[in-house]
Amino acid sequence: MTITDIFEETYFALSANKARSSLTVLGIVIGIGAVIVMMAIGTGATSSIKSNIQSIGSNMITVSPGTQRGVGMMVSGGRGSAKSLKLSDAEAIIAQVANVKAVSPEVSGRYQLTAKGTNTNTSVVGVTAAYAEVRSLEMDDGSFITAQNNSDTSKVAVLGPTVVEDLFGEDSDTSSVIGQIIRIKSNKTSIDVKVVGVTKAKGGTGFGSTDNQVYVPLSTAQRFLSGNQYLTGISVSAADADSTTLVQEDITTLLLSLHKITDSTKADFSTINQADIAEAASSVVNTLATLLAAVAGISLVVGGIGIMNMMLTTVTERTKEIGLRKSIGAKGKDVSIQFLVEAITLTFLGGFIGVIGGWLVSYGMTYFNITQTKVSLFSVLLAFGVSAFIGIVFGYYPARRAAKLNPIDALRYE
Amino acid sequence: MIELKNVTKVYKTGSTEFEALKGATFKIADGEFVAIMGPSGSGKSTLMHILGALDKPTNGTYFLDNKDVSTLTEDELADIRKNKIGFVFQSFNLLPRATVLRNVMLPLIYANVDKQERVTRAEASLMAAGLDKEHFSHLSNQLSGGQIQRVAIARALVNNPSLILADEPTGNLDTKTGEIVLATFQKLNSEQGRTIILITHEHEVAEHADRIIFIRDGEIVSDSKNSRKLIIK
Repeated sequence: MTITDIFEETYFALSANKARSSLTVLGIVIGIGAVIVMMAIGTGATSSIKSNIQSIGSNMITVSPGTQRGVGMMVSGGRGSAKSLKLSDAEAIIAQVANVKAVSPEVSGRYQLTAKGTNTNTSVVGVTAAYAEVRSLEMDDGSFITAQNNSDTSKVAVLGPTVVEDLFGEDSDTSSVIGQIIRIKSNKTSIDVKVVGVTKAKGGTGFGSTDNQVYVPLSTAQRFLSGNQYLTGISVSAADADSTTLVQEDITTLLLSLHKITDSTKADFSTINQADIAEAASSVVNTLATLLAAVAGISLVVGGIGIMNMMLTTVTERTKEIGLRKSIGAKGKDVSIQFLVEAITLTFLGGFIGVIGGWLVSYGMTYFNITQTKVSLFSVLLAFGVSAFIGIVFGYYPARRAAKLNPIDALRYE
Repeated sequence: MIELKNVTKVYKTGSTEFEALKGATFKIADGEFVAIMGPSGSGKSTLMHILGALDKPTNGTYFLDNKDVSTLTEDELADIRKNKIGFVFQSFNLLPRATVLRNVMLPLIYANVDKQERVTRAEASLMAAGLDKEHFSHLSNQLSGGQIQRVAIARALVNNPSLILADEPTGNLDTKTGEIVLATFQKLNSEQGRTIILITHEHEVAEHADRIIFIRDGEIVSDSKNSRKLIIK
C-alpha cells in the first residue's frame, strides 16, 4: 500500500460519509474556536483594563480634603471640611517628602461653559504645569498650562477632546479651536478664557474620563471661580511603583504635623494610593480571566468528548469494513495507518478551521467594538493540541484494536 | 494442495465451550472442484473460515501448499489471503458507497499492484465474472442480488488466487441466477484450473462439483466423488 493509496483511501472514506465527517469536523471547530475566543476575551479584558489604569497615571497618590471616611471622598463631606488643603501643603510635600516626582495641586468644580451659542456643563480643573506629568496627559494640539500662566493668572484654558466636541461640534478641527474664546460661568461671576491647547483622547472611562475636562491655571481658578485659596485635591506622583506606599505614609505624617493634628483618626484629609486601586481592579480582572479560562476549559472538555464520541462511533460502525479489508489481504498495519491518517486529517482540518474561525470571531469582536480581545498563541496551541490529541487517540486506538481482531470476528461484528 | 489433519475448532462463550469442528481430516488437490455440504450449524462455515485463513484452528494442522497455516503469524496469514485465496462471502461484503470497480480493485491496493494495472485487471475480472461493462461505475448498493454476487466473485478472482472459496454463493439468488453463477465457477475450474471449494446446504448446488464432502455436527460423515455431476453449458 503506497502513500498515495493511503491518502486516496482516506479521501474516499471521508467523502463517502460526508455528514459524519463534517459533523466530526464541526465538533472540533466549535471546541477549538470556543476556547480561543474565550481566552481572547479574557486576555483582552485584562490588558484593556490594565491600560485603562495606566492611563490614569501610575504611581499616583491623591490627597483629598475632608475627614477620613474611606475611598471616594471627592465630594465635600461636611461643613468646612473641604477647605483643609492649601497650596502651601503641596509645596511642603514637594520640598520635604522623598521619592516624589511631581506634585499637582488642583481645584476642580463643575461650571457652565459657553462658546458661540453652544454650551455645556463640565468639570473645570485649576492646575499647575505638573498636572500633565502626574496624570500622563498628552497634548493633541497647542500647549498645556504653563508656570508662567499661573504666575500671571492668565485667562487661558486647555480643553479635553469631549469638551471640544460638545462646544464646537463633532468634526471640528482641533487646530481651529486654538485661539477661540469660551466663557466659564460660576455662580459669582463669569470669565472669558482663550483656548491654548487640546489634550489627546485617553479613552478610559473607569475613574472619570479625563477627556471631558477643561484645564485652567490654578491661580485663575482660585481667584475667579472658587474665590478662595483652598485646593480640592493634591495629586502626587511617586518616583516608582515600589515607593508609592512609603510616599503615601510620609505625606500623611507631614500633613498631620502641618495641620497640627496628633490623632491620625481625626485627620482633615485622606490619601488614596493609585496602586491600591489598580491592584483591586486587576484582581477583579484576573478573577474574570480565570472564570473565562474555566469556561474555556469546560468547552474544551465537552468538545473533546464530542470528538471522542464521533471517533468511537465511526470505528465501531466500520469494524465490518475493517474485517473485510483484512479478509482480502490487508495487514493490521495497513488498516491502522488508514484510520490514523483519517483521524489526523479530520482533526487537522477541524483544527485549522477552528483556529481561523476563533481568530475571526475574536477579531470581529474587537473590530465591531463589542469587547477588547487578544488571541494568544498559548490558547491556539492548547486548543489545537488537546483536540488533536483526543481525535488521534480515539480515532486510532479503537481502530488498531479492531485491526487486531480475527477478520472473521470483525466481519461478524454488529 | 490442501491438507487438513485432525483439525478442531472450539468456541468459548463465558464458561461454556462449543466444539464446532471435531477433527476434520482430508486432502484437496489442485484443480479440484469440491462442495462442502451440511445443514446449518454443522460447522461448514467454520471449516471454510479455517480453509480461507480467516480463522485459526484450535488444534490440528492445516497445510496449504505444504505450508503449515496454523503456525503462521497474523501478517503471514494476511499474505496468504492476499495472494492465494479468493473469498466469496455469503453476505457479499462489498463497500456500500464505493463503485463496482473500486470494490474489485480493493485487494490489488494491498497487493501493491500498479495503479494502471489495477483497472485493467479489475475490468478483466469483472468480465470473467459476467458483469456488463455499463455497471462498472455503479455504486454497489445500486445493483441487483445477482450483479452483487458477480462483483463479489470478480473481487475474489482479481488477484489470480489458486484457491477460490465460496460460502453459499447462490444462497441469496433465484434459481436461474444461481445457475449462471455456478456455471461461472465450473468455467473457472475447467478452463483455468483453479481449485474451487463451495459451501452449500442444497443438494442441487453441491451436485455441480466433482466431489462432495458431507459434514454434520462438526464431523465429516462422507467424502466421495460426485458421479452425477451436473454440467451447465
